[in-house]
Order: sequence, then C-alpha cells, then structure tokens
Amino acid sequence: MNYRMIFKSLGTVLCIEAACMVPALLVSLIYWQGDMVSFLLSILILTVCGLGLRQIKTVTNDIYLRDGFAIVAFAWLLVSIFGALPFLISGAIPSVMDALFESVSGFSTTGSSILREVESLPKGILFWRSFTHWMGGMGVLVLMLAIMPSVKGNTLHIMKAESPGPAPGKFVPKMGQVAKILYGMYVVLTMVEVIFLLVGGMSLYDSLIHAFGTAGTGGFSSRNASIGAYGSVYIEIVITVFMLLFGVNFTVYYTLLKGNVKSILKDEELRFYLGTVLVMIALIALNIKGTVFKSIGETIRYSSFQVSSIITTTGYATTDFNLWPLFSQWLIVLLMLTGASAGSTGGGMKCIRIILLFKIIKREITKIIHPRSVQTVKINGSAVDEEILSGIMAFFFIYIAIFAASTAVVSLDNKDMVSSTTAVLSAISNIGPGLGIVGPTGNFADFSIISKAVLSLCMIIGRLEIYPILLLLCPTSWKRVNI
Amino acid sequence: MKIIIIGDGKVGYSLAENLSKENHDVTIIDKNAEALKKAGENLDVMCIKGNGVSTKILLEAEVQSSDLLIAVTSSDEMNMVCCLTAKKLGVGHTIARIRDPEYASELSFLKAELGLDMVINPEQAAGSEIARLIKFPPAVNVEIFAKGRVEMVEIEVTQDMAVVGMHLKDIANRFSSSVLIGAVLRENEVIIPDGEFEVRKNDTIYIIGRPSRVYDFCIRIGIHVQKIKNVMLMGGGRVAYYLAKYLKEMDIKIKIVEIDRDRCTELTEILPDTLIIYGDGSDETLLKSENLGDMDAFVAITGRDEDNLISALLAKQYGVRKVVAKINRLSHSEIIRGMGVDNVVNPNFITANYILRYVRGLQNAMGNPVNALYRIVGDRVEAIELTAGTSKKYIDIPLKKLNITKGVLIATIVRQNEIIIPHGSDVIKPGDNVILVTKDKKVMDLENIIDTENSR
Repeated sequence: MNYRMIFKSLGTVLCIEAACMVPALLVSLIYWQGDMVSFLLSILILTVCGLGLRQIKTVTNDIYLRDGFAIVAFAWLLVSIFGALPFLISGAIPSVMDALFESVSGFSTTGSSILREVESLPKGILFWRSFTHWMGGMGVLVLMLAIMPSVKGNTLHIMKAESPGPAPGKFVPKMGQVAKILYGMYVVLTMVEVIFLLVGGMSLYDSLIHAFGTAGTGGFSSRNASIGAYGSVYIEIVITVFMLLFGVNFTVYYTLLKGNVKSILKDEELRFYLGTVLVMIALIALNIKGTVFKSIGETIRYSSFQVSSIITTTGYATTDFNLWPLFSQWLIVLLMLTGASAGSTGGGMKCIRIILLFKIIKREITKIIHPRSVQTVKINGSAVDEEILSGIMAFFFIYIAIFAASTAVVSLDNKDMVSSTTAVLSAISNIGPGLGIVGPTGNFADFSIISKAVLSLCMIIGRLEIYPILLLLCPTSWKRVNI
Repeated sequence: MKIIIIGDGKVGYSLAENLSKENHDVTIIDKNAEALKKAGENLDVMCIKGNGVSTKILLEAEVQSSDLLIAVTSSDEMNMVCCLTAKKLGVGHTIARIRDPEYASELSFLKAELGLDMVINPEQAAGSEIARLIKFPPAVNVEIFAKGRVEMVEIEVTQDMAVVGMHLKDIANRFSSSVLIGAVLRENEVIIPDGEFEVRKNDTIYIIGRPSRVYDFCIRIGIHVQKIKNVMLMGGGRVAYYLAKYLKEMDIKIKIVEIDRDRCTELTEILPDTLIIYGDGSDETLLKSENLGDMDAFVAITGRDEDNLISALLAKQYGVRKVVAKINRLSHSEIIRGMGVDNVVNPNFITANYILRYVRGLQNAMGNPVNALYRIVGDRVEAIELTAGTSKKYIDIPLKKLNITKGVLIATIVRQNEIIIPHGSDVIKPGDNVILVTKDKKVMDLENIIDTENSR
C-alpha cells in the first residue's frame, strides 16, 4: 500500500473536518453557552494534525483500489474520533466511549444516542452533532473530491469505497465534477427543506438541525421527543416527503435535471422503493387501526411517517412503535434490512440488492425447470455482470454474518432478545432506534462499553458497506509485499 | 472540451489518458467490457459499453453537445460510420482512423462526403517517421516544424564529440549560431538549458534549426554522417508499404523480408521495383544469407513486438549502423532503447500525438493555432509550434524584456522564409510561427508563457 499517499490524503480530510466545525463554532458564539472553547480547541487540534500529515512527501501519487479503500476506512475512523473531541472537551458527554459512540452515530448517519436527555445541552454541541449527519450522508471524501481542485484519475477508487450501492457509476466524465454535482443537489435539497420547515413555524436553528438530520438520513433531533415534540401535521408531512426524497438515488435527480423523465418512470429501483413504501404504509395502517389509533387520518399519519423514517434509515419518531402490534413491528424490522436506494444518503442493504437477490432466486428456479436454459439477470433492460451478482450474494452473507456475530457480543449484556438484535440491526443499517429498550423513546446508554464499541464499529461497517473496514482487519493488506 | 472516443484499444486508451490529463471531459465507448474496466479504473473518464455506431449509445454519451468525436476502433468502415452518424447527430468535429491503403487514395472524397475533419493513418505516419530517421542516421529522433523548414534532431553525445565539456554560449560562438539546443536529457533528468549549461558525455541533446544547418552543425562537432544507401525491412505490412514508397523517393535500395507467401505476391504487385524475400525474418540463417551485415540500416516492423526486438538486437550484433524497431506497447520504449536499439517507433504513440495536436489546435481556435506538437523525452517535454496572434502582451517586445515562465524556451521564430534562432533583441511579430520547448507544462497559447505572477 502507498502509505505516504494514504496519510497525506487523511491530512486533507482532517483539514476539511476542521473547516466543517466552523459553522458549529459560529452557532456556539451566537448562543454563548460556554461550548465555544471546545470548538476552538478541536479546530486547532484538527488543523495541526491535518497540516502535519499534509507535509508528508510522497514518492508516487498512484493509488489503487486497496489504497482507496484504506483511505476511506481510515478517514472514517479518524473523522469519528476527532469529531468526538467537542463532546469531550465541552463536558457535554464526559465518558470517552460515549462521546465516540455519539460521534460515530452522527457521521454514519445512524442517529442512535446514549444521551437520555438532549435539550439541556449547549446549542453549539447539538448543532455539531446534527452537522455530522449532513457530512456523513453524502460522504466526507466525496466532499474532499468536490472541493479539491486537482483530482487524480484513480480517485474513482475512493468514490467506490465511500458511495453506497453495488456499482457506483459516473454520470459525467470527471470525478471532481460528479462530486460537485452530487453536493450541489444535496445542498439545494437541504436548503429547500429548511425553507419549508421555516414556513411551518420552526425556528431557524431547529429547521437546520432537522434538515441536516433528514438530508443525511441520520435522525438526531434537538428535542427529546424527536419530531413528535412539535405535534404539527405540516412539519411531519414536510419531513416525511424529504426523508423519502433523500432515500432516492441521486443520479435519478441528475437524469431529471437533464429532462429525461421517461427513463426515471421506468427505473426499477425507484419503482421498487416507492412501491415498498406504499405497501408497507397500507399494511401497517390496516394493522394499527383500531388497536392503537382510532381515526383513519391518524393511522395514515403515523404509519407513513414511521415507514419513511425506517426505510430511509433516518430514525425520526413521532410515536412509540414499541406499542404497535407484533405484525407491524416485524414489518418495521424488515424495512430496517431493506434500507434505501443505492446512491442515496440512506443506509441498509439497499433496494437494488434486494431486487437483484430476488431475480437471482427466480433464475435459480427457472434453472430447475429448464436445466439447460441460459439467462442473464437484467436491471432496467440491461444485463448485470455476473461478478456484481456474486458480489451481492457475498455481501448479503457477510451482512448477516456480521449481524449475528455482533449480536452475540451485545447479548453478553443480558438484555432481552428483541432489544439486543434490533440494536445491532439498527446500528449496521444506520437507522437509529430499534425495538425494546432501544425503541424510539429509549436510548443506548444502558449498554456496556464493549457493546457500545461493537455497535460503533457496526455503524461504520454499515455506512461503508463492510469491505473497507474488513480490509483493515485483514493482515495481508498491511504488508508492503502482499502475496 | 467534451470529447467522445470510440474504441478503447491502445490508441484510444492513450488518447483518453492524455486528454483527460489536459482537463477535457472524456467519454469512451467500446463493446469490450474488459477494456473499459481498465480505463474506468485508471483514468478520470466515463465509460459506456456498447456499439459506437448505434445512435442510442451515442446519444447516451451526449453526442449532440460534444465538441469532438474520435473513432479509433480496429475497423475503418466502423470508424467512418461512427463519424457520419455522430456528425448527423450534431457533434462539432470528427476524427477517424482510416488505415487501409485502398482508401488512402480516396481520402479527400471520403473526408468531404462523410464530413470528417481529420483522417489519421497510423501506418503512414509511422512510415514517414522511419523514413526521416533513415534520412539522417545519427539522429535518435527527428521531428519537423514549419512544413519541414525547421527540424528538431535528437542526438546522443559521445566521448569523441567536440562539444563535450563546453558551455552552450561557447558552442554557439565556435560552431554555429544558427542552431539551438532546446532540451537535454541527463540521467533521467530533463533540463531546458541556458547559456551557462555545460554539455557532458552521454547527454541526449535536442538540436533545433534549419535542416541543412543542423546537418552542418553535426558534421562540425564531429558526428560522422554517412548516407544510408540500402535498407532491409523485416515484415511486409502496411508500414512497410508506406515506408518503401518514402524510401524510394529518397533513392534508397530496399529489401523486404515477409513471412506470408500471399502477402509477398501482393507486395510484388504494389511495390514493383522492390526486392521481396519470402521467409521468416527472425531466422538468423536467412538474414545472414541475405547479407544482413552489409546493410546500412535494418527496420523491424512485423506485428509482433518480441520478433521485432530480437531481430533488431541481432542486426545490431551484425554491425548494422542504424537499427529501427517498431514497438506497439507504449511503455516499453525506454527499456528497449537501453538495450542498444537505435530507434523505437510506436505507431500508436504517433497517432495519439497527431490527434492531440489537432485537439490543442481546436481548443485554441480563439487563441493561437497549433501547427505542430511533439512530445519528447518520454512525454516529459513538449515541442510545440504556434502561430502568433496580435496580443499586446508579447508582440513587438524584445525577448529579453519578456518575463517568460520557467521551463519554457522560445526555440525558433519562423517569419515567412526567414528562420530566426532568437536572441535577446529579437521580437515576435503577428503571424510568426513560434516554436517553443516546454517542460512539465501544457502551453495552449503564447500568452501562457508570459509569467504574470512574478513579473518585474
């Protein structure tokens, strides 16, 4: 591996993180709640470390796939560690592991919290907590690609490692351009949401916090009762719509901007995603009507918000679905597994993989009926590479395997079955709340340090879609001569 | 500029590499997913799998808003159809690679009817390049500017040359001031020299000037220039055909060794006065019986790099003065030069150079037209010929007062029939052709060579 180049890139990432802390610093200056020093210190530490790493002289600038994966994995670990500094220095979260958990949960856009109560925290700290969602949603390294002027050819590897989905592609020739367009659309959509929330009577500060939470599909709120605290149907509708919008593949928006509406309507993943949302809303509404809520309006209101929140892996809550019937709870767990579209800011296994897995099964069955039939799996009319298909099957297995192994560790805490499994599932799928004690009204504070560490790792593994972190854990990738 | 390249072969890849480095938006179309994978992973370009002839694929590549389409697939006909379709769909310019000699005579008709803006024939280009090398044997490389009125010759300095240990300003005084040394390669380091530069043994120097003066200069510094009278060509492909034609114009006798019987017969028809020998060119006994040792030059131009290399080394062993080998894989030429082969010619590299020159010219439609562009010293230095515009930044200002960027050298000014090796008091006038040697830089316009940042 090209270690010099890897660490030099990490230096740039840290400098960018320092710059990203400036808005939070400004907020802390405005509200003057004594958290300003923690940001100044963090920015200083980040800048010193970042500029220090940038001084490294590189022998060659060549990076290959493994270097790209290593850059992404290291960057996320470092960014999360440094992102915990303001929490620690300000004393908002005194324990190191808790601060780290909160920071990882922010960057990986999970939105799980160890805080029992957030409203008493300084506004600057809360702003930073939500801003990490926004950075993590589209990706810290994509941001680097977007703002660094000279992007080399093989930075595609970095993009590949950070962007979710089985085969992230380009829609314009230049990588830097792709990153700029992605961030451009991201910023515009976020701003539109802020405006809508302002119209609904939210304060500017709260609008920003919740727009960041929605855009990154994270789920941190500045209120203890999350969105439910506002009790406003308008705000719930706005957030529902935007959660769904951020769960759509961003290339769809680019195609839309190009005026190609026809091909979007035919996009299989988009259809599957929206179809799943509608079916799940209907099923849950039927199930909870009469048992939890009385009127049709209320059932639709709560089921649609909750379904959107879970499928996009945001994790905002307006009601406690722990109180729902078992069938609805199980549907929620299914949605946790599915996740949003590839190329969106959401987490989970991604719709496209689920579609392809079903198509693979269909092909297997046809093979039994017609043993000598030759078939290709198609998506949007064009054949999918066999390599990608086997990659997806391997991904599915490793996802489940990591889920099982992590649950084993977490179950050492001897909590109940539902809480332990959904806690891990919600971490690896970057959702936020689970069921049981980690439900919408609960939090992760009661878990042991080991469980919190495992869950933190699960969040990063889930956000980076497993392989970059696995690469770091594989000893051969560290050796200079790797055979 | 938005550029579409159809065909991701060696030329297509090399073009994509260079054009994306020059900050163009490059899209590659190819049917072969394997080839695209390499380009997609190593270059900052967009790849589309499909047939470049299909309008659907071309539209997917946004052909209507692209400035240039380059068709370099292996099939001439496909290239032509691609260009025709793209032109109808509204692309700005088209370049096609057309290599079949059958089409060569109908090029002007094809160009007009298909709306082609440029046609490139790699074999013909390679043939003319080899012919230039044979014309002037001491040169490792010869490039021409201003329609042949200025040449740049690459020469390796040996112990017995008179220039060893001399400063450039002394060389100019003692031998000739009408040529200029534009770039020097010393142990893998490229230097754009000034007057204080001292020439040493084993340097590779690039001499620029009027062909006759360069020739004189070489003789004066003690290079033995002996005219080549007979040449043996190994391989009777298309390069051989074009090369034979060029060499015949220069009154040089040639002998072609070709392994394929039918091709031999064909060659006797298209090259009536040439000696064609049927046999394996890598067979030592055959070459010996055809008295290889007595040849002045040996050119290995079969389709296989390995055969070319082995035979070239064999010829060197037998004491042939000038040995040229054609190598298709781009990256190996430096290694092979190190093994003792005098010259390495790469048709794909030449093709890429021609097209790059056209692209630069297109880009400069507003600025200065590019007349010639050569990449030398393994791509690290460029020699470029530009026509001066009317910008006040450099016109009519004595060169010594111009603040020229580091790493750029004004090598020659061609004013109508006058060829000026510039000195401090010379000026650039509108319409002059200016030849620049630049290191680590891509000059697009003469204005770019004026250093505005640390001026005065």
